[in-house]
Amino acid sequence: MSYKCGEYMIVRKKALAENIYSLTIHCPEVTELAQCGQFVHILAPGFTLRRPISICEIDRRNGTLRVVFLVKGHGTEAIARMNEGDRIDMIAPLGNGYTLSSVPDIGRAVVVGGGIGVPPMLETARNLKNVTAILGFRSYGNIILAEEFRKYCKDVIICTDDGSVGEKAIVTEPLKRELEKGDVSAVFSCGPTRMLGAVAELAKQYGVFCEVSLEERMGCGVGACVGCVARINRNGEEKLLRVCKDGPVFNAEEVLF
Amino acid sequence: MSKDLSVKVAGVVFPNPVIAASGTYGFGEDYAPLYPLNRLGGISCKGTTINEKAGNLPPRIAETTAGMLNSVGLQNPGVDVFIKKYLPELKKNGNVIIANLAGATIDDYKAAAEKLDATDVDMIELNISCPNVKQGGATWGTTCEGAGSVTKAVRAVTGKPVMVKLTPNVTNVTDIAKAVEAEGADCISLINTLLGMRIDIKTRRPVLHNNVGGFSGPAIFPVAVRMVWQVANAVNIDVVGMGGITTWEDAVEMMMAGAKAVQMGTAIFTDPFSPLKVIDGLEKYMEDNGINDLSEIVGTVKPW
Repeated sequence: MSYKCGEYMIVRKKALAENIYSLTIHCPEVTELAQCGQFVHILAPGFTLRRPISICEIDRRNGTLRVVFLVKGHGTEAIARMNEGDRIDMIAPLGNGYTLSSVPDIGRAVVVGGGIGVPPMLETARNLKNVTAILGFRSYGNIILAEEFRKYCKDVIICTDDGSVGEKAIVTEPLKRELEKGDVSAVFSCGPTRMLGAVAELAKQYGVFCEVSLEERMGCGVGACVGCVARINRNGEEKLLRVCKDGPVFNAEEVLF
Repeated sequence: MSKDLSVKVAGVVFPNPVIAASGTYGFGEDYAPLYPLNRLGGISCKGTTINEKAGNLPPRIAETTAGMLNSVGLQNPGVDVFIKKYLPELKKNGNVIIANLAGATIDDYKAAAEKLDATDVDMIELNISCPNVKQGGATWGTTCEGAGSVTKAVRAVTGKPVMVKLTPNVTNVTDIAKAVEAEGADCISLINTLLGMRIDIKTRRPVLHNNVGGFSGPAIFPVAVRMVWQVANAVNIDVVGMGGITTWEDAVEMMMAGAKAVQMGTAIFTDPFSPLKVIDGLEKYMEDNGINDLSEIVGTVKPW
């Protein structure tokens, strides 16, 4: 697996919602290699450890890559202070993306994103022909990227915890409806761990292939330090596998939530 | 003009004094996409144990001010996998390889050391200082008897140069250093991580699942310089310095404190190219100061 490490120019910065920022980064050597579901490992100026952030969009024609992230602590706050024209230090692309080949030509896929797990589903949806998006947010003020999903998806179902936009539901309710239809070949998901567990459970019930993207605090990001493991059941054996290199996308059936 | 940066530690020649520290560089292959690994002075491989080890539950890692905490707990595939799968690849490109060896019992250390003795590793680094495992690890390194007995047992079964990696979490590091020297250690590396802890004030949970973990990074550099200086003055064997080295200036400082070579770890997470930048910086430093052999600066601090 190949990746790059360098400083790349931020060409566009946008605030999408409270504490959520979008950065478009010019890095042709990275976009060339990048796949949906992979992540970039960003060094916030002055910090010791990098912050893993999932890839939201890959634009090979313009050589740009887009990341959307939530300000959670001092590190992401420092990244949010960077501006257009600044150079951002990044190791990328890293990890394994979603297995899009699991969807047959005539098949339908469902992407399920929750909160800050929504961004990586955008590039995933863009690469699928027949896809429905189910996006969950806390409230109307937290909604991001909904219009962009409409460009690539036949259906975009929005859920909010308070019902301020779309359905007052958690994502598993519309997911169950979609799976009931019987034509779904694969479910790809990213979001809070509890949500992923529920999505995985549902997909299993319906016998549908499902992949989830896990999140864990990381050290090196490339597999060397073994700092970011998740409990995975592989070949009948429980293992602690690296989220950065063995994941972040795992077959949902293998993940011990 | 290119300078000869080579250094000799316990009879082993390293092409330059910058070694990747154990636990931060895996078995090298993860960094191979960035640069030829043989540009490093050497690689101290991920700590291996006689049998595979699963390690601690996550979260295992957290950032701290100018540093980090980890509690990986020696997750590794076992010494046999290291020898069969990783070592041949590493040696193919002429890397100087240090096998880092950990164990719960003396017999574990001995059995794994016997296996390593039959390979072409250049040196064995005894990890008697891992703060993240319940059995063995730092419990060996915190007493003179424990440190001495592991050293003696491994010394008896291998002709490879033995480097003993010391923990800073002791009352007097020089006593431990002298004990391992007396039992036949060829050289000493220090410091392993300092034992630390952080608490998430929202959840009241420690940030590491293991509650406590090893503290590393630039924040611990002054502690490392102090301990390397003390140990280098207390023993007659070679010392390899580590602990928060980030820049070439840090490396020079560590060598002046008494280290013949240095290891870098956390800095690699921040910048995977940092060891190469340190090597380039050292070369320029030699040119600028008319130094032909880095041993000229080792231990040259002039204490007040």
